Amino acid sequence: MSDRSQLISTGTPFQFDKERDAEFERLIKRYPTRESMILPALWLIQEQEGWISQEAMAYAADRIGTFASKVYEAATFYTMYHLHPMGRNHICVCRTLSCWLRGKQEIVDYLKNEIGLQPGQISDDGKFSLEEVECLGHCGTAPVVQVNGEFHENMDVDKLKSLLATLK
Amino acid sequence: MQVKILSAKFDIKDANKIKVAKKHGAYSTLDKVFSMPPEDVIELVKNSGLRGRGGAGFPAGVKWSFLPKNTGKPVYLAVNSDESEPATFKDRYILVKDPHMMIEGIIICSYAIGSHDTYIYIRGEYTTQVKVLQAAIDEAYKAGYLGDKVAGRDFKLNVTVHRGAGAYVCGEETALLESIEGKKGQPRSKPPFPAVAGLYGCPTIINNVQSIASLPFIIAKGAEAYRAYGTEKSPGTHLFGISGHVEKPGMYELPLGLPLLEVIDKVAGGVWKGRKLKGVIPGGSSTPVLLPEEAKTVTLDYESMAAHKTMFGSGGIVVLDETVDIVHLVKNLIDFYHHESCGQCTPCREGLGWMLKIVKKILRGDGSMADVNLLRELCDNIEMKTVCVLSAACTMPVRSYLDKFRHEFEAYVAKNDSSAAEAK
Ligand SMILES: Cc1cc2nc3c(=O)[nH]c(=O)nc-3n(C[C@H](O)[C@H](O)[C@H](O)COP(=O)(O)O)c2cc1C
Ligand code: SF4
Ligand code: FES
Repeated sequence: MSDRSQLISTGTPFQFDKERDAEFERLIKRYPTRESMILPALWLIQEQEGWISQEAMAYAADRIGTFASKVYEAATFYTMYHLHPMGRNHICVCRTLSCWLRGKQEIVDYLKNEIGLQPGQISDDGKFSLEEVECLGHCGTAPVVQVNGEFHENMDVDKLKSLLATLK
Repeated sequence: MQVKILSAKFDIKDANKIKVAKKHGAYSTLDKVFSMPPEDVIELVKNSGLRGRGGAGFPAGVKWSFLPKNTGKPVYLAVNSDESEPATFKDRYILVKDPHMMIEGIIICSYAIGSHDTYIYIRGEYTTQVKVLQAAIDEAYKAGYLGDKVAGRDFKLNVTVHRGAGAYVCGEETALLESIEGKKGQPRSKPPFPAVAGLYGCPTIINNVQSIASLPFIIAKGAEAYRAYGTEKSPGTHLFGISGHVEKPGMYELPLGLPLLEVIDKVAGGVWKGRKLKGVIPGGSSTPVLLPEEAKTVTLDYESMAAHKTMFGSGGIVVLDETVDIVHLVKNLIDFYHHESCGQCTPCREGLGWMLKIVKKILRGDGSMADVNLLRELCDNIEMKTVCVLSAACTMPVRSYLDKFRHEFEAYVAKNDSSAAEAK
């Protein structure tokens, strides 16, 4: 999460599965240039694998018919693209204004001190990864936590504990 | 105080489904729209006085009329659903509760401006929201409201959802276009403005979700009915987001022009825990803060906000209670804008970094008065010297905190001075 310049190689070639292949073909018809598929292709890769490897980027560049450097440029600029595997449960805690005003720090402190999770790190068992993120657009129900894309609003430490207990 | 124009269907179960939405009037304006010449639709929207709800408040109809005629190039519509300005959380209600209202708005706008391709740019974090939106678009295609023959007319319209991936700057309209083109989100120098050379170099209109979603009401009921809400120069209603230290934070639809403090008290339940008010951020984190004294006289419209040297912005109101540490708040703000700088302008990339270092130093208790002055000076030196206004979105509010709460910065410095004296 912290170093966005390092690409990781899996050593095996990447390929879209059938479903993603079809979605790629559906979407590419919607844009007048093939380069517009760079962001959507990166999303498809991440949906399929959970993160984006060096091989996957090369594959995307090939499929789109563009330079690998262009795919790399986008993949490293946009912080939601994971450039290495994450925890099975990726926890994002909003650290911005309204969540800060309504107690996001207690949530981060609990994760740090009780679970031993540092922002930007993955737990040893691979179960969790933690990231502090910018405003998630749910400021009226702050503080907000997003786990694997799902929003949890009006959070406090007790609610967080029950939530963590449900995660595998 | 609350009204239900945009939020009319928000409480109806399953109003995101086309069957339910249609039962409550969705797509009923299309007959009328297609019977009007496109210029008349633009004129009607101009007369309604609808102003862009993305933050700048530029009149929507006027923006549309900037499109050059007969260029031989396609015209694009990009709907800005990036919604990433801290304290802004309104558009997602439309996306999830009444997406067909927005799709109907897209059809109206596309017809008016002669566009056949819309891209909805939605922030990547809106995972659940994008699913609901895409399902609604799929339904609209199936029902014949999108595709080769919109509502049976000889009008073609494709709507494509383009997901962002965690960059606030992509809410800036030209960064948004770059992002659709597959590039990193770095804003373009203007001119040329997008209306002349936008997406793929073609004439392009960018409008906020709420601006677009306001169109069906205006078409159905007319400009005067829209003007019945709000003020002369700020007509209509707005989805206000109230967050921070109030008893009942949330999204409320209100006509423009209401007194700010009355809204905080009557709609949002007042300052929480019986505490005293310290300040109000009126329109998202980038708008200058108002002291309680100033908040007393301001009303929720573009003109009153400007008269109070702040901005209406995105209607994201943040209430600060007496316990807030302003220096800490300023650090939180600078942190955000520094993190989100796209990096192409030195004053923004480096300057916001310096500001962050200085405010951290003051917070640590290592700051001096010279640091406070330097922070203030940096605001003036960074602003308006960059490609886009992201840097100003940071310096404008920071300047307001430095000017209105200077004593809090000085208190940190004084603590440093006294501990330095003790050490001797
Ligand atoms: C840094 C920055 C971020 C912005 N973010 C958004 C946003 O998230 N949503 C939005 O609608 N407008 C945003 N804007 C404003 C857009 O550039 C643009 O003015 C707006 O989308 C136009 O639509 P409107 O006229 O309907 O308001 C942002 C502007 C800047 C400079
Ligand atoms: S002001 Fe900042 S965000 Fe805007 S273009 Fe310059 S570097 Fe990028
Ligand atoms: S500040 Fe946390 S969701 Fe907006």
